[in-house]
Amino acid sequence: MRDRLTQFFASRWGIIFVGAAIGILGPVLQKAGNPTNMGICVACFERDIAGAIGLHRANIVQYLRPEIPGFVLGSTIAALIFREFKARSGSAPIVRFVLGVFAMIGALAFLGCPWRASFRLAGGDMTSLPALLGLIIGITGGVWFLRSGYNLGRSQKTYPAVGWIMPILMIGLLLLLIFRPVFSEGGPIFFSDKGPGSMYAPLLVSLGVGLIIGFLAQRSRFCTMGAVRDVILMRDYHLISGLLGLIVAALLTNLVLGQFKIGYTGMPVAHSNWLWNTLGMVLAGLAYSLAGGCPGRQLFLSGEGDGDSAVFVLGMIVGAGIAHNFNLAAKADAVSDGVLTVGGLSPFGMAAVILGIVFCLLIGFTLRQKVA
Amino acid sequence: MSAIFVDARGLSCPQPVILAHKAISEGVFPVEVTVDTVTSRENVRRMAEKNGCKVEISQQDDEFTLVIKK
Repeated sequence: MRDRLTQFFASRWGIIFVGAAIGILGPVLQKAGNPTNMGICVACFERDIAGAIGLHRANIVQYLRPEIPGFVLGSTIAALIFREFKARSGSAPIVRFVLGVFAMIGALAFLGCPWRASFRLAGGDMTSLPALLGLIIGITGGVWFLRSGYNLGRSQKTYPAVGWIMPILMIGLLLLLIFRPVFSEGGPIFFSDKGPGSMYAPLLVSLGVGLIIGFLAQRSRFCTMGAVRDVILMRDYHLISGLLGLIVAALLTNLVLGQFKIGYTGMPVAHSNWLWNTLGMVLAGLAYSLAGGCPGRQLFLSGEGDGDSAVFVLGMIVGAGIAHNFNLAAKADAVSDGVLTVGGLSPFGMAAVILGIVFCLLIGFTLRQKVA
Repeated sequence: MSAIFVDARGLSCPQPVILAHKAISEGVFPVEVTVDTVTSRENVRRMAEKNGCKVEISQQDDEFTLVIKK
C-alpha cells in the first residue's frame, strides 16, 4: 500500500492531483476567512508570524498563521509514515539564511510568494503577470549558475534531534496561538484588529488544510520554483504539471465560489507598479533557485529533517521583520473616495531589492566548482 | 563493472540530477549514481528513463545506488 501510494505521488497524475488539491483548498481558505487572493501565501503567512511575535510592528499584518506549522508538521507526519524522515544539515547555512532574508524582501516587494502569485492570477489579479515574468527571469538566472557549477556543498547526516527542532518550534507556535499568553503590557503576542492580519479562517480549518497540504506536498515534492527550473534546465514537465493543476483548479474554484474578479489596479493586498512587481520576483526567484526550493518546499523539507531548509525558513521570517521595520515592503494600492493611489516601494525598498539581486549574483559567481 | 561513478550523497536538488545527466551525456555505460534521499532517487530515475536508459535500484541502509544502462 505504502509503495503504491509512493508510486502514485511520484507519477504525473500524482503531482497534478496534489497541485489541484492545493488549488481548491486555497480559495476555500479564503472563503473561510483568509484575505482575498491569499487563501495560502507562504511568504505572507511567515510575515504575519514575524509580526505576531513582534519581529516587526506593522499592525495590519500580525497573526500566528496556523497553516505554516501545518505545512511543516504535515510533512513530518508523511516523512515518518513513509520512513523518509532524515536529519541532515551543514550545507552553507549562513548563505541559506541570507538568501532567505532576501527572498522575503523580494517577495514583499510584490506582496506574495510564487504560491500567492498563482492564486492572484487565478483570482483575476493581472498584476501577478509581471511577477510571474520576474520569477521566470530570476529562476533562469539561477539555472545559468547551476549549469556553470554553482552549488552550496553537501549536507551531512546528523543527530535525529537536529531534524526535530523545526517541527517542535512549529508546535511551540501553535501553543502560543491556542493559549495567547500575554508576555507584557502592550507586548506580544500581537494580533491585528484590522487589515489582512485580522482576516483568517477558523484555527482548526487552517491547521487541518495546512496538515493535508504538508502531507501531500512531502509525498509529491511539490515545488513552484522547481517547476519552472526543471522546464528550463532539462525540459522536464513533471513539477510544472502540478503548478498548472494548482492554477486551473484555483481558477475553477474561484469561479464557483464567486471570488474571481479581473483587474489590474486597486486589486486586494496588491500594488500595480509593474517594474517593482517584476524586479521583486526576479530577486525572489533567484534566491529560491540558489537555495534549491520555493518557500513552500523549504517548509516541507524542514519538516522531514532538513536543517538547512529550516535555516532558510528562519531567514525568511527574520527577513520579514527587516522588510517591515526598515520600510522595504511594498504598500498596496489604495482606493479612497474613488481616487486610486498606486502603491509600490519606498526608495529604501528599491535599494534593498537591487542590493539583494547583487548579493545573489555574487553568491552565484563565487560558490562554483569548476565544471570539467 | 561500472565505468562511471557519481557520488551525489548529501547534495540537494537538482545537483544529483545535473551530475547524473552529465555522466549519461558522456555516453559510457553503465553509470552508477549513489544518492541518500528518496527525492534524489526518484528525480535521477525519472531523468534517466526520460533519456531512454534502464535503471536498477538497490538500497543499503539509507543510501540508494542507481545503475543506469543504455
